[in-house]
Amino acid sequence: MSAVGVIVRRELASFFGRTRAWILAGTFALLGGYLFYSEVAFFETFGGDRLTTGLWPFVFLDWRLVAFFVVPLLTMRLIAEERQLGTYELLCSLPVGDAAIVAGKFLAAYVAYLIMIAGTLPGPIALYVLRPYPLGSVVAGYGGLVLLGGVFVACGLAASAVSQSQMVSAILTYGILALFWYASWNEAALSETLTPVVRAVSLFDHYSGFAQGVVDSRSIVFFVALTLFFLFLAVRALGSRMWRGLP
Amino acid sequence: MIEARGLTKRFGGRTAIDGVSLDVATGETVGFLGPNGAGKTTTIRILAGIFPPSAGTVRIGGEDLARDPMRARARIGYLQERPALYGEMTVEGLLRFVAALRGVPGGAARTRAVGRAVERARLRTLEGHRIESLSKGTRQRVGLAAALVGDPPVLLLDEPTAGLDPAERSEARALIRALAPDRAVLLSSHLLEDVQAVCDRVVVLHRGRVVAADRPAVLAARLAARTAVEVEARAPAEALARSLERVPGVRSVTVEHADAGVARCRVVPEPARDVRAELAAAVVASGWDLLGLTLLEPSLEAVFLDLVEHGGDVP
Repeated sequence: MSAVGVIVRRELASFFGRTRAWILAGTFALLGGYLFYSEVAFFETFGGDRLTTGLWPFVFLDWRLVAFFVVPLLTMRLIAEERQLGTYELLCSLPVGDAAIVAGKFLAAYVAYLIMIAGTLPGPIALYVLRPYPLGSVVAGYGGLVLLGGVFVACGLAASAVSQSQMVSAILTYGILALFWYASWNEAALSETLTPVVRAVSLFDHYSGFAQGVVDSRSIVFFVALTLFFLFLAVRALGSRMWRGLP
Repeated sequence: MIEARGLTKRFGGRTAIDGVSLDVATGETVGFLGPNGAGKTTTIRILAGIFPPSAGTVRIGGEDLARDPMRARARIGYLQERPALYGEMTVEGLLRFVAALRGVPGGAARTRAVGRAVERARLRTLEGHRIESLSKGTRQRVGLAAALVGDPPVLLLDEPTAGLDPAERSEARALIRALAPDRAVLLSSHLLEDVQAVCDRVVVLHRGRVVAADRPAVLAARLAARTAVEVEARAPAEALARSLERVPGVRSVTVEHADAGVARCRVVPEPARDVRAELAAAVVASGWDLLGLTLLEPSLEAVFLDLVEHGGDVP
């Protein structure tokens, strides 16, 4: 098994060996389930008969909020905790590069995120059993959540790599993601030349297409590129020990 | 096996180590001695490849650490000061993790490597225990087992006996001695007795510079040369001092305190002479009451200062 695989396995065992992980996964499933139920109830009353426009966009916009709240709590420990406890020094003394450490930590947290996302599946499945519907919108929505999760996890990992404090890492992740999320919130506050640039980097603008069942290849490229950018920052943050020293 | 040349490390405006050079051959155990803050941990971290020096070079088994850090690091077993280990893992789980990252092939080979490290660190009955449930001394042994797993030819041990009780310390020293013959071992300590017990050679670091390199016995003799004895008696101060000066093996006597018929003298004996019995006999023979006799062993700090002031055999 490669160094990345070894780190992924240890991280997953460590993550799911703790109560906190199960609380986070439970919160995700519970909140996701409740929001799904309330959107279905709302749709039954006011949504008309088109699930594509009346239900799924709202469900997936709700779920990305759950992901927004939960992922920084999942990622905040990834490197900050190792620095705090000193285990990072052990890792650094082994023949493993910073890129392998980052890749291993990212993949482990991403797998944990995907397991959490899977916890929302019973809702759509139950609905399908009761009232079959075209699957395209749901697949697109989940695709958006999967891609968005990559950005969230990578951002959280980068924030975790710059601080010894898990709390600081979480707050930093919320701050950065909120900035990317709300960048295009008020276009009136932006100049005409700046608006297209801000919209191009707005997580909200890219994700809303997926929530509405539309898969845009530009958005896929954007999410993947932003994920890689944050992973690059995480590698650079780890490399800072070269001139800063430990912890 | 370890060749370090002109290592310098600056953190911002502070120079942690300045031009440190040392060599450790296979089969040799070198002690890195110095007071707290001397730069021992910084040097060992550089040798372990945790961060690079600001200047200087390190070669591990001929591999340049800067040019090929992964190959060089694969040859190093590192025990950090106060080893931080993944508390939620079992001893076996941690050793398997370290072995895998050190490139030990999976299956039977990894099981053998882990078993050997467990055996050497005397952890046989504790393999399935979670690390967080172990005592400090046992965790230190787990850290040592992690450094040993995969049989790296170089061992860097940063304060391997720190925080251990006397029995655990003696056990740790015995283990290091047993490991030494086919490895290059560099261990740091601020205890001369540690390096005396296990090292062939000592490199003394003070304020980031190598101030001496010698055999442990030579340093121990230097330490013994600064030993003094404090004698307290119910006697006239001057008469007590004259009486003690006449004892064979005494180099000098200084009156330190005299009050209400009680005098306290500091007696410096000749190097490696224990004159306590003769001093006691001299006091009693003069008809005075002996109130106290204390051996004053100098701190290692004093020896370091002596080395700094008067020089040593700097390599």
